[in-house]
Amino acid sequence: MTQSPIKKVAQATPEPVARRLRGLSDRSIAWIFVAPTIFLLLAVNIFPLIRTIWLSFTNYRVNRPNNEVDWVGLSNYEQILNDPDIWNTMQATAHFLFWTLLLQVLIGFALAYLINKKFKGNNMWTTIIVLPMMLSPAVVGNFWTFLYQPQIGLFNYAVGFVTGADPASFSMIGDVHLAPWAIVIADTWMWTPFVMLICLAGLRSIPESLYEAAECDRASQWRQFWTITIPMVLPFLMLAVLFRGIENFKMFDLVVQLTGGGPGSVTELTSINLKREAFEKWRTGYSSAYAVILFVTVFGLASIYVKALNKVKQR
Amino acid sequence: MNKKLTYVAASFAMTAAAGAAQAEDLTLCWAAWDPANALTELSKDFEQQSGHNMSFEFVPWPNFAARMLNELNSGGRLCDLMIGDSQWIGGGAENGHYVKLNDFFDANGISMDDFIPATVTGYAEWPKGTPNYYALPAFGDVVGWTYRRDWFERPELQAEFKETYGRDLDVPNTLEELKDIAQFFQGREIDGKTVYGAAIYTERGSEGITMGAMNALYNYGFEYENPEKPYDLEGYVNSPGAVAGLEYYKELYDTGTPPGSSNWYMSENIDAYKSGQVAMQMNFAFIWPGVNADSNVGGERSGYFPNPAGPAGQFAQLGGQGISVVAHSDKQAAALEYIRWFAQPEVQARWWELGGYSALRSVVEDPEFANSQPYAQTFLDSMAIVKDFWAEPAYAELLLAMQARLHNYVIAGSGTAQEALDGVVKDWTEIFEYEGKL
Repeated sequence: MTQSPIKKVAQATPEPVARRLRGLSDRSIAWIFVAPTIFLLLAVNIFPLIRTIWLSFTNYRVNRPNNEVDWVGLSNYEQILNDPDIWNTMQATAHFLFWTLLLQVLIGFALAYLINKKFKGNNMWTTIIVLPMMLSPAVVGNFWTFLYQPQIGLFNYAVGFVTGADPASFSMIGDVHLAPWAIVIADTWMWTPFVMLICLAGLRSIPESLYEAAECDRASQWRQFWTITIPMVLPFLMLAVLFRGIENFKMFDLVVQLTGGGPGSVTELTSINLKREAFEKWRTGYSSAYAVILFVTVFGLASIYVKALNKVKQR
Repeated sequence: MNKKLTYVAASFAMTAAAGAAQAEDLTLCWAAWDPANALTELSKDFEQQSGHNMSFEFVPWPNFAARMLNELNSGGRLCDLMIGDSQWIGGGAENGHYVKLNDFFDANGISMDDFIPATVTGYAEWPKGTPNYYALPAFGDVVGWTYRRDWFERPELQAEFKETYGRDLDVPNTLEELKDIAQFFQGREIDGKTVYGAAIYTERGSEGITMGAMNALYNYGFEYENPEKPYDLEGYVNSPGAVAGLEYYKELYDTGTPPGSSNWYMSENIDAYKSGQVAMQMNFAFIWPGVNADSNVGGERSGYFPNPAGPAGQFAQLGGQGISVVAHSDKQAAALEYIRWFAQPEVQARWWELGGYSALRSVVEDPEFANSQPYAQTFLDSMAIVKDFWAEPAYAELLLAMQARLHNYVIAGSGTAQEALDGVVKDWTEIFEYEGKL
């Protein structure tokens, strides 16, 4: 008679272990498995979060270990919310977020729509298009610094070629009006492929039968696009916006490499500003409050957004 | 020959002295730049003599302060020896990151009188002007200028310059003359290539624009504080002279620098100069050995001059560093041994030979020193006119506040020079109030 695999495994289990486990409930065994993860989560996420919140009510500075730490109440929060420089960085971040998301969604969707059509070299073009997102942001930042170089930069040359302007007559990263756009262009170049891939997944998940039914009803291509393609891809698009929104809210490396936050402070995004406060000016308490404000803002906005996303999915 | 013999003898003496000591793995932390390579080479002799192994942690300049101050503040044990920037001395001393070296110096016959006074004040003392030493001056450095001597000597350019400005195209004596020269070269065609006036410091993220603009501000009348009343800033930081100095720097940036040079510091200036983009470059003296040896612009093709004078005098921004023993290290004895070895005149002479700027007077006051390298005299002249930024424990906050204000005005063109310096006074006052100094 052949034994079942379960019985075989049960028999292979050493007796003491089996006996010990036999005395435990399923719930206890579940806890044993989950405990290391919970411990790690507490140590790596929850404890630092609680500690940051506590520090945000103090004047602690990590580079002054000998100074007394005083409880300052809401003073750090008050200072941050009344600081015009912080609002300027918020404004720079909002500008960066809005334009990168808009351009990436529009271009990403358009590219996905094109790539979704069957044509020769489709796979090769997909690979070429996704290459930028495989690079390190620091490399991309450095690379675009050269592209924007007024004397030898390809970008300036291309603009000069199209418009007839002298390539050396404008500096994308040195001009207060152009620098915010310089970081938008570089980020869009790098991350549009990511949005494209998500949109492509959405487009490929649309059942062909829907289009066939629409054809039977003599619906035009335009009508099919607006009543089938867009509603079916919308949840994917919203997901892409969520991912890119969160990523770009904490954008640091690419912008630091490109502009260093300048000229002046026009491209100093909140994450760059926060890093300066925390690890260059060493205002630990103040920067903790700053981090808490940003955390609440992102968490709040993301929660509202996820609810909206779920509603769209249910439709 | 004599020097070499003495050096060998000293090496044997050190070997004998260190014979009984336990071999350690020492880590020295510094910036990643040319002098660091010279120090690596120099330290091989120490390894041979002492039996200790030397490791090096070199961090590029733009990240050097953040990375190393993080290390010190967190009580990290990565570094046993730190060649920290001159402005860190206050924080290093007051926060207990650096070992006080007075007793060690006394016990080993190391006298600070043997070093260039400006480097002792700048790199070793805290509080300034008191005989409390937390570092040994390790690398003298100062902002100076490099210029294309071969371009300056071209007869057609000399003639045109004389016709335009009524004087010879030569090393500038004043900052105004320097600006004229920068404007003269700006956008000019030389050998079929468009070139520009000068590469100056404009970097935003770490310390660049401050280290650059101070060379104009000092010479037009900027002072850090009331000499009679410490931390009294109003009317000194934002004096009419300081405002004129900042306006000068902006005009130099607007009219005499390459397009796109809005975030340039040491390495960008070197690249621009070596690639033949600019007629002059502002930079710390550490680059001069590299320029001199460069196949494109080295030798007779380049010359060097100290920061020119302004209406209020002639000063230059001090650079350079001292070497300290990190208090968190558990290998302090071996680290002190390294400092004792490094302080020897023979080692300092070899340091200069390898491209390190020794701060030892016996090296720089040697009659042969001024002729030992084409830039040696300029180095001596520049070291005689130095001024340094705050070295307070709050130096990082003070520096970043100034960086933001200067970059906003000079590069972004926001507001006026007066508003920028008034803003510096406001920021610095708040910082000193927090520090309890006001």
